[in-house]
Amino acid sequence: MKSLILFFILLTLWLLMSGHYSILIISLGIFSCAFCVYVAKRGKLIDDEGLPIFFIPRLLNYIIWLFKEILKSNLSTAKVIINGKVEPETFTVKASQVTDVAKVTYANSITLTPGTVTTKMQKDVFEVHALNSDFGNDVRTNEMDNKVTWLEGKK
Amino acid sequence: MELILDIFTGICFFIGSLCIIIGACGLIKLPDVFSRIHAAGMIDTGGTAFFILGMIFQTGWSLITVKLILIGVFIFFTSPVTSHVTANLARQKNILPLGKKIGKIL
Repeated sequence: MKSLILFFILLTLWLLMSGHYSILIISLGIFSCAFCVYVAKRGKLIDDEGLPIFFIPRLLNYIIWLFKEILKSNLSTAKVIINGKVEPETFTVKASQVTDVAKVTYANSITLTPGTVTTKMQKDVFEVHALNSDFGNDVRTNEMDNKVTWLEGKK
Repeated sequence: MELILDIFTGICFFIGSLCIIIGACGLIKLPDVFSRIHAAGMIDTGGTAFFILGMIFQTGWSLITVKLILIGVFIFFTSPVTSHVTANLARQKNILPLGKKIGKIL
């Protein structure tokens, strides 16, 4: 079932990237996608971690929210750089997600918003470096943590 | 109609260039490694996002739009990884960040 989903994702990617729709090219695409799925299945890569399809239903909502956050923090980072008032701080936060993929998504989201970077992680504790106490408070309110837990949808 | 799209493209390119210039200034101006990563992150997210948006206004609806969006998606997946690798390497070499540390850090 999961290998079928992976096959169709790869095939859509092939069709969108190539732009040529002759029979030879499409059959070559089907052949190479099937070969990729075979190799992935043989390497036991097709599981919840390799193909996190449980993200998909809530993904769009999360991405829109994340883009809004990125825009806001881009603006504040620009202000901090122009003003030159840098008061960096380092602290730890706890991630409440269950699966490893969701934890990585949370850490990546923290790093993706400018002003906060995940510098180290141990099991479910992240060490976060923030440019300013405002950025630090944004992470410490756990809003993003709750959003990613909601995106994961396993609690 | 084309004029409006051109204006939108211009605005997007202007904001994107502004992001990249401010990020580059921050890369030189900020005090230590960890603070400079934030400036680099600003270039990665703000700069590329606005440039790709501007180019999408120029292409209209075609396969090239899909390819541009895919470029954006891949950059948004890979740029936090490089930021994290830089920060984590600095921490492994026992470089402590400037400023205050709240609570016990790892």
